[in-house]
Amino acid sequence: MLAARIVKNQGIYIEGLNFFTGFCVEGHTNAIRNHRPARRNNALWVAEQLDIRLNIIDVIEEYKDVVINPKHGYGANLNPCLDCKSFMVGKARQWMEAKGFDFIVTGEVLGQRPMSQRKDTFPIVQQESGANDLLLRPLSAKLLPRTLPEKNEWVDREQLHDFSGRGRKPQIQLAKTLNIKDYAQPAGGCCFLTDPNYTAKLRDMWTTRGEKRYDLDDVMLLKVGRHLRPTKNYKMIIARDSGETNYLQGYRHRHEHLIMTSHGGPITLLDGDVSDDDVFFAARIAARFGQGREAAKVTFIAAKPDGTERQITVVPLRPSEIMDSWYL
Amino acid sequence: MSSHHLDARNLMCPMPVIRAQNCVANLEVGDELEILCTDPGALTDIPTWCRIEGHEVLELVQNGNELVIKLRVAPRRVFS
Repeated sequence: MLAARIVKNQGIYIEGLNFFTGFCVEGHTNAIRNHRPARRNNALWVAEQLDIRLNIIDVIEEYKDVVINPKHGYGANLNPCLDCKSFMVGKARQWMEAKGFDFIVTGEVLGQRPMSQRKDTFPIVQQESGANDLLLRPLSAKLLPRTLPEKNEWVDREQLHDFSGRGRKPQIQLAKTLNIKDYAQPAGGCCFLTDPNYTAKLRDMWTTRGEKRYDLDDVMLLKVGRHLRPTKNYKMIIARDSGETNYLQGYRHRHEHLIMTSHGGPITLLDGDVSDDDVFFAARIAARFGQGREAAKVTFIAAKPDGTERQITVVPLRPSEIMDSWYL
Repeated sequence: MSSHHLDARNLMCPMPVIRAQNCVANLEVGDELEILCTDPGALTDIPTWCRIEGHEVLELVQNGNELVIKLRVAPRRVFS
């Protein structure tokens, strides 16, 4: 937001680009759950504040290669930050060339991120994206070699900044100067690939499949519900409230599932190849997460993706029988 | 003027906005687009996108878990 405002204030026409990878926390994931209000989409909010066009671009398919085969490896979790940055700046370069724009602006700050925003990795992003000296980083520009927009005086370098490091005080001060009173919470957290709980589930999925492969439904389902793997061949996704139940119902055509009928309770999806014994055992586990957890028996409809249904009645597992190791 | 429908059910934001944005790009000024969604985030995102682009939101209806957002396509806005 700051970088865009600085450049716009110099009289330069800008448009925003927002790439949707499937792993963006921005995507209102929390809104699925009942008690959490829908959060604003920050990219849209910023575009409205700046009065600029925002182009939201679905890069889910192309992004898979970044996640699966990162040339520069992962960070603390499954975050391929440097490859991701090069990919996104590369997409911005393609957009710039296709739409007749002159250069690219990012809000990167030198030293702010351990992988992608270092003095030695900034040039890697420029090279690998093909943006080279058409990539302007207004917040740290004075600490970096002059870019073409500066050399050609399309922008006034003197009005750019020399921010560096992980602290946000200079940015907050600049926001005050620019009369920006509200802004997205700083310090990251915008990508599920940096989340250890999420990436544990992603690793489990890849391990089970025997290969690094995913589609959008996979990455969405990893964000929703409790995930338990009682045996190697299947896992359970148990909704945590009615909001998640509503959401998971959209996946009934894709997964065998359990719907509690004798008591109130969440929907459970079964992901994997399940035998009748597996379905029966999964129902005993699922019974613990509904209102019949203390009942002698709980009844479910067990349904296949093709709509075939059968009724099963089970005895809920005791709490001590639910293994901690099943939770992903 | 013609009416169009977009099924964005079971997509989480920003996918409904992306689908709406891509769909509107192929419509004529004055056309109406009815978007069916299930993500409650669309209730704020699509109207925000419409405000930015100048499209008119004609209807916002919640039917149980489904949302219907109807908009009228405006001329492509010129930003300064």
